[in-house]
Amino acid sequence: MKEMIVILLSAILTQNFVLSKTLGICPFLGVSKKLDSAVGMSVAVTFVMVLATAATWPIQTYLLDKYELGYMQTIVFILVIAALVQLVEMALKKFLPPLYEALGIYLPLITTNCAVLGVAVLNIDEKYNFGQSMVNALGAGLGFLLAMVLFAGVRGRMENMDIPESFQGLPITLIAASIVSMSFMGFSGVVDGLLK
Amino acid sequence: MSNKLKTFTNGIIKENPVLVLVLGTCPTIATSTSVLNALGMGLAATFVLLGSNIVISLLRNIIPNKVRIPCFIVVIAGFVSVVQLLLQAYVQSLYQSLGIFLPLIVVNCIILGRAEMFASKNNVIDSALDGLGMGLGFTLALFCMATVREILGSGTWCGITLTANLFDPIAIMKLTPGGFLVYGVLIAIMNKFAKHKPKKKLDCAACGACAGCAGGCPSAENKEGGCEA
Repeated sequence: MKEMIVILLSAILTQNFVLSKTLGICPFLGVSKKLDSAVGMSVAVTFVMVLATAATWPIQTYLLDKYELGYMQTIVFILVIAALVQLVEMALKKFLPPLYEALGIYLPLITTNCAVLGVAVLNIDEKYNFGQSMVNALGAGLGFLLAMVLFAGVRGRMENMDIPESFQGLPITLIAASIVSMSFMGFSGVVDGLLK
Repeated sequence: MSNKLKTFTNGIIKENPVLVLVLGTCPTIATSTSVLNALGMGLAATFVLLGSNIVISLLRNIIPNKVRIPCFIVVIAGFVSVVQLLLQAYVQSLYQSLGIFLPLIVVNCIILGRAEMFASKNNVIDSALDGLGMGLGFTLALFCMATVREILGSGTWCGITLTANLFDPIAIMKLTPGGFLVYGVLIAIMNKFAKHKPKKKLDCAACGACAGCAGGCPSAENKEGGCEA
C-alpha cells in the first residue's frame, strides 16, 4: 500500500510528466490557454493513459515477452493507443457532445501525445507489476492535470502584461513554463519525507 | 534544380520545425542537455524522417485516404524500431542516454506532420529532400540549444572542458527549467530577426503573385497554430 502511495505521489509531484520528464509538452503549451479546455484535455489524457496501460501491460507481458517479440513493442503500443483514442473520440461524440466540441482538434492529437506512449513504455522499463503500472498511469494523468491547471492560471495572468515584442506569444509562455517547472523542483524529496 | 534546393533548405531555416513551426518540443527539451545527445537524437530523427517520407511518398497512391494516419504511423514505427535496434547493437551509450525518447520518435509531430503535409502529396525525390532538410533543421536547432545548455550547465562542449576557471556551471540549465528557458529565448531571437518576413509575404499576396504564396499557405496555417500555442 505504502509503495503504491509513493508511486502515485512521485508521479504527480516529483516526477511530474510535463514539468520534470518533459513529456506531453505540445498539449501543455497548446491547450492551457483556458481553464476549462485545460481540464477537459487533461481528463481525456488521464483516461486514455489508464486505458492504454490497462491494454499495453498485458500485451507486453503475456504476448510480446512470452513469444520473445520485444522488438515489436513500439509498433504494437502505438497502434493500440491509436485505436483507443479513436474509441474515446467516438464515445465522447456520442455521449458528451459539448466536451467533444470543446476539445475539437486536440483529441486526435492525444495519439501523438508522447506522454501516453511514454507512460506505457516507462511502466515496462521500470518493471512495474500490473497494479503499480495502473497507479503510475493514474498519477501521471493527475500530474498532467495539475500542471495544466496551474499553467492555465499563470497564462491567464499573463494576458494583460506588457511583453517585449519578440517575446510575445510562445517565447514568454516557455519562460513561464520554465519558472513553473523550477517551482516543481521544490517538491524533490517531499515524497520520501512524508512517508518516513 | 533551384526548386529542389528550395525544398531542401526550406526545413533548415525558413520552416525550421523546432524554431518556426514549433513541432517536436518534447524531445527538443529533453535531449538537448548535451551536444552529443542532441546530435544523436537529431540524426536518429533525420533517419526516420527520410525513410518514412520516402516510403510514404512511394505508397501515396495505394494508401486509402480514410486510413492514411494509421498507415503512416505503422511506417514510422517500423523505421523507429530499426533505429532502436541499430543503436542498441552499435551505440549502446547513446541508446542508454536517449532512453525513452528513442521509442518516442514515433510520436514526434515533425515526422507525422511531414508525412501528412508533404510526403503524401509529392513525388519521391522531393519528399526525400524535404525529409532530409527537415531532419537537418531539427538537428541544427537541437545542436544550438544543446550548445548553450551544455556550456552553461556543465561548462563543457562535446565533452571538452571550456570554462574550467571562469564560472561555476549553472546546474539548472541541464534540467527541465533550463530547457524551457533556452528554448523560449531562442525563439524570441528568431522572432527578432525574422520580424519583417511575414510582411513581405503579405505584399506578395497583395500584388497577385499567388503562385509563390500557395506553397507557403499550409506552413502559414501551421505557423498560426504555433503562435496560438
